[in-house]
Amino acid sequence: MSDLAITPGHGAAGASHDEHTTTTGLPNTKLAMWMFLSSECMLFGALISTYVLYRGSSMTGPYPADVFDIPYTSVSSFVLLASSLTMVLALASAQKRDVVRMRLWLLATALLGLTFVGGQVYEFTTFYDEGLSITTNLFGTTFYVLTGFHGVHVTVGILMLLSLVGLSSADRLPDDAAFPVEMVGLYWHFVDIVWIIIFTVVYLIPTPGPAPA
Amino acid sequence: MTEAETDIDAQGAPATHASAAHAEHPSPKEYVRIGMILGLLTALEVATYYVDVGPLLVPTLFGLAIVKFTLVVMWFMHLRFDSPTYARFFLMGLAGAATLYLIVLITFRVFLVE
Repeated sequence: MSDLAITPGHGAAGASHDEHTTTTGLPNTKLAMWMFLSSECMLFGALISTYVLYRGSSMTGPYPADVFDIPYTSVSSFVLLASSLTMVLALASAQKRDVVRMRLWLLATALLGLTFVGGQVYEFTTFYDEGLSITTNLFGTTFYVLTGFHGVHVTVGILMLLSLVGLSSADRLPDDAAFPVEMVGLYWHFVDIVWIIIFTVVYLIPTPGPAPA
Repeated sequence: MTEAETDIDAQGAPATHASAAHAEHPSPKEYVRIGMILGLLTALEVATYYVDVGPLLVPTLFGLAIVKFTLVVMWFMHLRFDSPTYARFFLMGLAGAATLYLIVLITFRVFLVE
């Protein structure tokens, strides 16, 4: 028998935040966030596939090997990974209702995110100076669109993190701030896992030489 | 007796289906441990740039990326601890995207070695 009685969300102390008066018994916001992330897989899947499809098809340079600085991008990858760690530490603090530590970890996450985006801006500027623009060749087009979209996602994440800090400072977050922090965290970790794939496919796997004329 | 009635939470009160499906999240120490493993795996990825592993390069890099991806999704995004419904939603999009774009790439003969 599956006659599940869902109690209103004002249960006994210590009750899970997953107790909700919804048909699934799960919070709709969290389910919607997972559906959104699921749809984002389609978006980034399209961009990554397009990059892979045109790999090594550029007729003119600069080619990936001419511009990529792997040690530099590796540091950026470490920074983004570290931001995922600070994000979960912010969530752990929010679950303990330690507001001060939660704000600090959120700020640290935003700062690491800013470092990553700053690094990407520097990288784009350097590539442009070396002659690679979005219209130079197929590599330039697919590279800038893919990593640019990812950078925009990171920037949106930073804005969400700073909004959380601002709302918390203005006492406009609920006493149990774990839920909004968890939602922003899910988005943040998603941009991290997208970067894990981009770093491997775009930067680490060597691209074949110039396309035959 | 319903499944909900059989589950008893820490306060001795009956737990709902949803709360039973939501296990405790890891401790900060465990998060740091996972973070260190992720850092180590990234270092291994970067090492392949300096050390020639020959034809094993692509499988190694994909293997490491998949392990890192899984660690973040299961521990940091809590899919390991939350209701399986979330995992189903996410896997639906992930598997859908992977299948669709794999078909596209195969159609364009991207994996064909001439």
